[in-house]
Amino acid sequence: MTNSFKELESANCILAIGTNTTVAHPIGSMRLMRAKSNGAKLIVADPRRTQIASLAHLHIQHRLGTDVALINGLMHIIYKNGWHNQAFIEERTENFPALAEVIEQFPPERTSEITGVPVDQLKQAAEWYSRSESSAICYVLGITQHSTGTDNVKSLANLSMLCGQIGRPSTGVNPIRGQNNVQGACDMGCLPNVLPGYQYITVPENLEKFAKAWNAKLSPTPGLTMVEQIDAILDGKFKGLVVFGANPVTSYPDVNRVEKAMQALEFLLVMDIFPTPTSAFAHVVLPACSFAESDGTYSSSERRVQRVRPAIPPIPGKANWETLQELSTRMGYPLKYTCGEDIFNEMASLTPAFGGMSFARLNEKGLCWPCPTADHPGTQYLHQGRFSRGLGMFNAIDYRPPAEAPDKDYPFWLTTGTLFTHYLTGTMTRRCPTLHHENPVVEVEINPEDAQRLHIEAGEEIQATSRRGTIKARALVTTKVRPGVVFIPLHYAENAANRLTNAALDPVTKTPEYKVCAVNLAKSA
Amino acid sequence: MEFRSVLTTCPYCAVGCNMLLQVLDDQIVSTLPAKTGPSNEGSLCIKGWNVHEFVQHQDRLTTPSLRQNDSLKAVTWDQALDHAASELTRLKDTYGPESVAFVGSARCTNEETYVFQKFARAVFGHNHVDHCARL
Repeated sequence: MTNSFKELESANCILAIGTNTTVAHPIGSMRLMRAKSNGAKLIVADPRRTQIASLAHLHIQHRLGTDVALINGLMHIIYKNGWHNQAFIEERTENFPALAEVIEQFPPERTSEITGVPVDQLKQAAEWYSRSESSAICYVLGITQHSTGTDNVKSLANLSMLCGQIGRPSTGVNPIRGQNNVQGACDMGCLPNVLPGYQYITVPENLEKFAKAWNAKLSPTPGLTMVEQIDAILDGKFKGLVVFGANPVTSYPDVNRVEKAMQALEFLLVMDIFPTPTSAFAHVVLPACSFAESDGTYSSSERRVQRVRPAIPPIPGKANWETLQELSTRMGYPLKYTCGEDIFNEMASLTPAFGGMSFARLNEKGLCWPCPTADHPGTQYLHQGRFSRGLGMFNAIDYRPPAEAPDKDYPFWLTTGTLFTHYLTGTMTRRCPTLHHENPVVEVEINPEDAQRLHIEAGEEIQATSRRGTIKARALVTTKVRPGVVFIPLHYAENAANRLTNAALDPVTKTPEYKVCAVNLAKSA
Repeated sequence: MEFRSVLTTCPYCAVGCNMLLQVLDDQIVSTLPAKTGPSNEGSLCIKGWNVHEFVQHQDRLTTPSLRQNDSLKAVTWDQALDHAASELTRLKDTYGPESVAFVGSARCTNEETYVFQKFARAVFGHNHVDHCARL
């Protein structure tokens, strides 16, 4: 997030796009509710009528995968009406003429045709967002999990810069992250192209600094992302895979293909807290500690690094870092950490954004990075006065349709997401009796018109089939989805929605298109 | 009886709610929201309130296991780690260091993740290390 959670309460307008926020981040959504109580206009753009959509002043129910067209259309209206922030564009950005050329191609009528959103709604959203004193954009995986995910995010950045709604309190472009430490895993360089603190491996000084500190020879060549790794296993490039706290055989797209890859491995090492569909393929399974047995830190969505403290001793008998350390030592690269704090201190010494942090300072309320020095108070919001790269860059982006669209064999749009009771592949939440009781089996949301046409009764078990696989699910007949669209939550390993999803990737981030594919529905035999 | 209340951070979404785990004789018996949490200020969602229900669940993996004759058999830590290290070394020596890929986690701590990517990069000398940020 460029800004922090609490600031959202003071925004005058919030555009929440591709975020089912009351479900995926209930406590974060409280800020949106409070903003609304304080008088803010709440605009929700989502192909489903989610709870937050039904609470919004305006629900834009655009077609799946048409986000770029929608945002370009909003910018067209803003620019034509002179609601843009000319001073901000001149002082803080570059490449505006290229953007102006593209958005010229998205007049309201054409935008409405592509997105299915009425013109008056487009005008209303454009006016509220651009003309409010402070407008904040919130988004999540509904924006990123597309083959056009990067385009979608850059389009939101364009919109915020066009209106000067960034670099001030209660504005910004705010991805509300879905997993407790997804921010931290990126911060720690668990990515194929960066070292801790987003220090690019391709920059020789970065690589030299870490090579020296670690006493190791490091590679300047970016590695493969997770879904590309699956391809590389099937191509015979990778013979071994080490999986630490992940469950690809439920969470990756096109699970049937992932299973083939797991079978093809000569050696699979899995470390986790519960047995999972992935650990079933492993040659060695190592038991891991949960958060309640770990001593360390997480980075939250607002870049706040906070302490995690052990409540009970490690159930497997070892802390996770000890296990990794012992494995590394056995492979001839000895590590000698004594505790979580010891590791944190080494990381902070090599990572400027964390350089001013210590457990002693984090103990009270955590600190938001960047926090470069021991007396730095942390950074509540980014891009004040200046963007990280200097001038903000407008990217001229045209609309591209999703990789797969319905046809006569697979006539429905499928989108996937989460339920309020469950988390990811359900290995934790489905073992909590209180939560399991609420949503024990997988249900597919289908519009009443479609259900009637296919003679599907509410609660009936049906089959959903894509080009990649088939699952069974109970029919949940609801107007939350439009006719022609169905929704399946991703939490159920025994009927994994990802047996259906498409492994089409965004060309830059390699994020799979979980949010759009084509399926067919039929009554169960 | 020994009672402790341990201030920590929720392991689910990334709002980063602070919570108090209520521990009675090494059993986590309930969870309370922390009013001092900057992002939750005394609130938790239904997942957070019930987080203790999975921690000491009977299904938790407690001992390492090793595949023998097509099924996983419980072994000691030394046996599991020795075998894992020798297999990874065998692949590295037979097919080259780029024959092993690494998938980390967006659920583990910063410290664990730091050690994980350091292990992958320093021992194997490549950057085929990723995690589920895109999921």
